[in-house]
Amino acid sequence: MPDPVISVVNVSKHFGALVAVDNISFEVNRGTTVALLGGNGAGKTTTLSMLLGLLLPTAGQINIFGVDVQRQRYRVLPRMNFSSPYVDLPRRLTVRENLTVYAHLYGLRRIRERLRQLAEELNLGEIMRRPYGQLSAGQKTRVAIAKSLLNEPELLLFDEPTASLDPDTADYVRGMLENYKTRTGATILLASHNMSEVERLCDDVLMLRAGKLVDRGTPEALLTRYGRRNMEEVFIDIARERHLDAALDARKSAK
Amino acid sequence: MTTATQNRNALALSVRRILALLLRHLYLLRSSGPRILELMYWPTVQMILWGFITVFLVSHSSWVAQASGVLLSGVLLWDVLFRSQLGVSLVFMEEMWSRNLGHLFVSPLRPIELIWALLVMSLIRTLIGVGGAALIAIPLFDYSIFSLGLPLLAFFTNLIVMGWAIGLLVSGIVLRYGLGAESMAWVAIFAVQPVSGVYYPIEVLPKWLQYVAYALPSSHVFEGMRAVLFEHTFRMDLLVNALLLNGVYLAAGIGSFLAFFNGARTRGQLLHVGE
Repeated sequence: MPDPVISVVNVSKHFGALVAVDNISFEVNRGTTVALLGGNGAGKTTTLSMLLGLLLPTAGQINIFGVDVQRQRYRVLPRMNFSSPYVDLPRRLTVRENLTVYAHLYGLRRIRERLRQLAEELNLGEIMRRPYGQLSAGQKTRVAIAKSLLNEPELLLFDEPTASLDPDTADYVRGMLENYKTRTGATILLASHNMSEVERLCDDVLMLRAGKLVDRGTPEALLTRYGRRNMEEVFIDIARERHLDAALDARKSAK
Repeated sequence: MTTATQNRNALALSVRRILALLLRHLYLLRSSGPRILELMYWPTVQMILWGFITVFLVSHSSWVAQASGVLLSGVLLWDVLFRSQLGVSLVFMEEMWSRNLGHLFVSPLRPIELIWALLVMSLIRTLIGVGGAALIAIPLFDYSIFSLGLPLLAFFTNLIVMGWAIGLLVSGIVLRYGLGAESMAWVAIFAVQPVSGVYYPIEVLPKWLQYVAYALPSSHVFEGMRAVLFEHTFRMDLLVNALLLNGVYLAAGIGSFLAFFNGARTRGQLLHVGE
């Protein structure tokens, strides 16, 4: 029996004449990892912002854990968390100070113990006393992920979790997310431009283009449907508005 | 769990979130000597400047001679208002400068809790800034603002609250228009200085401007300050006027901040906030 953690019904977001998200509907079931894919300006970050309650939709309904996030987001925020390389933490505060502040904001009880666990899991030991602003991009990403795992969320939202990371650090982060999901059964929704990340982590893919949800399926199903070898090719087909039939024709003629 | 227990737990968590934000800004203060120096710098400079003007005027002006502390009290109390407003605005802008608002608002922190944290941080910053200057005035000019006694508490409270109200309005405007509007934080309060009667009685102003002045809590405070210094009386009517006006001002300040916050949720300014 599907158990939707996220339910999005006929949601649109307009900024004046610009339609950023155009009447999308989807569900994300408990314990799954779902990718939100699309080119720049496709509506991924707008969708994530609406799921977080940071942005109010122009129309439609968003429920998380069965709760309307437009009206009662504070009931669900303690059960979820978010990370994005485009949102920072205070630069002058040390890693420990930053995590301590957020641990209090999430109402954690054994803060020292939790910080010790996270420092161990994310290899933060050496940088806990360093100001956040002095860290490398990879270290900042690990701290941001530590912040997002502080409250052991049941739902994690990520906006390009491995953007600007070297392959080694990106691989480490993906491994971390896999471990967390295996250990806790959490639901993860991530916006990404990295197709190998999507193939490795995701059970399901939502494809956005110009604010519309244009396709959906498991990575394997999409590869079969578009007759492609990898998700990057599928992404390009969809982003360039090649229809499914045309994509298959192109594949046949290439043979 | 009973409803009463749930309410108590919710309140405890709410207080904890406010304390978390205070902790964030106290960490910042602790790690930055220049920030602490900046807090004390302007009140001290102002106090010294006006202290020497007072020294000169005491021997040249019968008005000042009647109450030699009138200018210094004006300077220090004006700085309570200024620092209080600046405390709210700067602490809020610290979150924008550090691009931290997105993280804060996806945590369970409510806007009203953020407001409480801003107000308490503003109080702490004002006490550090103006308190330091007030103490330095004692050995330098043989004048203690604490000699105003209990009325000082009433003046201080009213000026702090008015500063909070303006600070919240300015913070809301900065949230709406981005950091391009941050200079508002430095200049907004000076719009009310000429009509607050900081260094001269309200009766000096043209009649029509006096109506404007009496719509400000600050003018009642400074009139009250002069009543204490010149007539040695505490004007309860002025205190009540200031308190009533401040009730309206604070409600308007909180209301405007929340309205700007809701506007930011509609326009999508909370995640990518900046210039």
